[in-house]
Amino acid sequence: MTIEVKNLVKKFGSFAALDGVDLKVDNGELLALLGPSGSGKTTLLRIIAGLDWPDSGEVSFNGEDALAQDARERHVGFVFQHYALFRHMTVFENVAFGLRVQPRAVRKDEATIRARVKELLDLVQLDWLADRYPSQLSGGQRQRIALARALAIEPRILLLDEPFGALDAKVRKELRKWLRSLHHEINVTSIFVTHDQEEALEVANRVVVMDKGRIEQIGSPDDVYETPASAFVHGFIGESIELPVHVDGGVIRLGDRPLQLAADGLAPGASKLFVRRHDMLVGPPGSGAFEGAVQHVRNFGPVQRAEVALSGGETIEIDAPRDKELRAGDTIGLNPRRYRIFAG
Amino acid sequence: MTMQIADTVSLSASDAKARAHAAAARDNLRTEPRAVRIAIITLAVLFLTVFVVLPLVVVFAQAFSRGILAYLAALAEPEALAAIRLTLIVAAISVGLNLVFGLVAAWAIAKFEFKGKTFLITLIDLPFSVSPVISGLVFVLLFGAQGYFGGWLRDHDIQILFAVPGIALATTFVTFPFVARALIPLMQEQGTQEEEAAISLGASGLQTFFRVTLPNIKWGVLYGVLLCNARAMGEFGAVSVVSGHIRGETNTMPLLVEILYNEYQFVAAFAIASLLAMLALITLIAKTVLERHLDEGEDASDH
Repeated sequence: MTIEVKNLVKKFGSFAALDGVDLKVDNGELLALLGPSGSGKTTLLRIIAGLDWPDSGEVSFNGEDALAQDARERHVGFVFQHYALFRHMTVFENVAFGLRVQPRAVRKDEATIRARVKELLDLVQLDWLADRYPSQLSGGQRQRIALARALAIEPRILLLDEPFGALDAKVRKELRKWLRSLHHEINVTSIFVTHDQEEALEVANRVVVMDKGRIEQIGSPDDVYETPASAFVHGFIGESIELPVHVDGGVIRLGDRPLQLAADGLAPGASKLFVRRHDMLVGPPGSGAFEGAVQHVRNFGPVQRAEVALSGGETIEIDAPRDKELRAGDTIGLNPRRYRIFAG
Repeated sequence: MTMQIADTVSLSASDAKARAHAAAARDNLRTEPRAVRIAIITLAVLFLTVFVVLPLVVVFAQAFSRGILAYLAALAEPEALAAIRLTLIVAAISVGLNLVFGLVAAWAIAKFEFKGKTFLITLIDLPFSVSPVISGLVFVLLFGAQGYFGGWLRDHDIQILFAVPGIALATTFVTFPFVARALIPLMQEQGTQEEEAAISLGASGLQTFFRVTLPNIKWGVLYGVLLCNARAMGEFGAVSVVSGHIRGETNTMPLLVEILYNEYQFVAAFAIASLLAMLALITLIAKTVLERHLDEGEDASDH
């Protein structure tokens, strides 16, 4: 099933949750919608599911107009952030719900329903919980049951809203891997919403980065990390150093100080220089584009994180390998191995 | 070596002393002095005895003061039977209406956002804040012979005041908040996610209501119905204004109690009153049971 979204606009009062969104999702993809809260990613997901309606724009599944159908008819599996399991039903009945509410003409007989539920509980590896109630399950178990329930209707599309948002870090990591392999197994077109960049980069085939109701970049996890399309994406994904610079006549200046960095093809004017923390190489004073004094050093596993006061007055944090110990008070030179400059 | 042992012993002894001291200090912090505790408990028990238990005992004592036969005879009076029947009918009508209205109002308030919502919530509480007598008078103003609809009703030969419809209307008005108030917080807390999940799984509106929404609020509904029923059967003020006190026809149980009492028929008056008192006791027990279920429901929803 392919999904196509065209020029989608949705306003809540004067707040534009979606401000002209275009998106194409290929058959069998596992796509991540990544963005800060308020970026419109959940609204987009709910509109695709039919739980919300856009003010204008189009949504189509396999070329058919999806907005002509309500949520019931769209055959979309939706997994809610807080699971939304039916609290008065057992796990078994939760999963069976979608099969039991089918119109009489197409409803399966009891034995078929039981077999199907059993199969789904096996798939999420929780068949031993069939008789429990949702309140007796852990968060990770609830989320897997919610997924099994959504899969029961053999959805054409699977949508997951912050599927691991309410879980603790360890369970989250396990479930990420599990979701990836599950998707590999069932291969249904899936979109999940997250504000966790690590989750998006690790799980998805493609990542859609959103901000303020607009799509900033669509690309593979490598694309959005290695070649961010905008200052927002660079700042949001991965840990970056951001410095206000000025481009003028082929020279980049930080404050008054010209930097020895190539400025080919850059538009003149105020700009922002982005460098990944680990791309700032430490050398002797005078050896690099920047110079500064080390303020604090903390060790984070394989790296040491140093706070450095640049001679221009800015303070930045860098991640350096631990082979050369840095000390507070050291004067060092810094040279960005890779950097990007965005106008504005 | 000996010195050392002695040292340890004295140390641990003083340690135990200090610990006991600390525990005593904690107890002192936690509780009031014994005398104050006893005084407060005595006062509370005394108050409850005089104002709650004593009246209850008096009702039954008076009802049975001439023996059980007189008690049963008083209840078998046609007037008494008529009052009991009318009370049951009126309660059934008003509880039924308020069940539907309360569900609709709670649904609208808890699950949708619309203008004037706060106003509607305030309006639901109106019957609680207005004196029941005034509620009754409103219906007299509307449906009385001199009222707004009085002429039209007379022309069409419809009797509302001084008849069952008037009593049922007044009772419905007075008891309206119970079901709605029991459900609004419950439904607000539960949100709309389970309904959304049901719809995305292909359930129709009716299926969603009967399979998801209603089971989630059933204890709240029963709780509201119970309180609504207790008040409907016991309502005096509003009913007194619209009833007309026609003997054997428009007297409910509370009205009959007053009439009989004024006529010095104490046994009969207290016999009817004892039925109302028993209703109260049953309501109380049922309420306790339901509250336990409601608490359990909340625990279950506690993610």
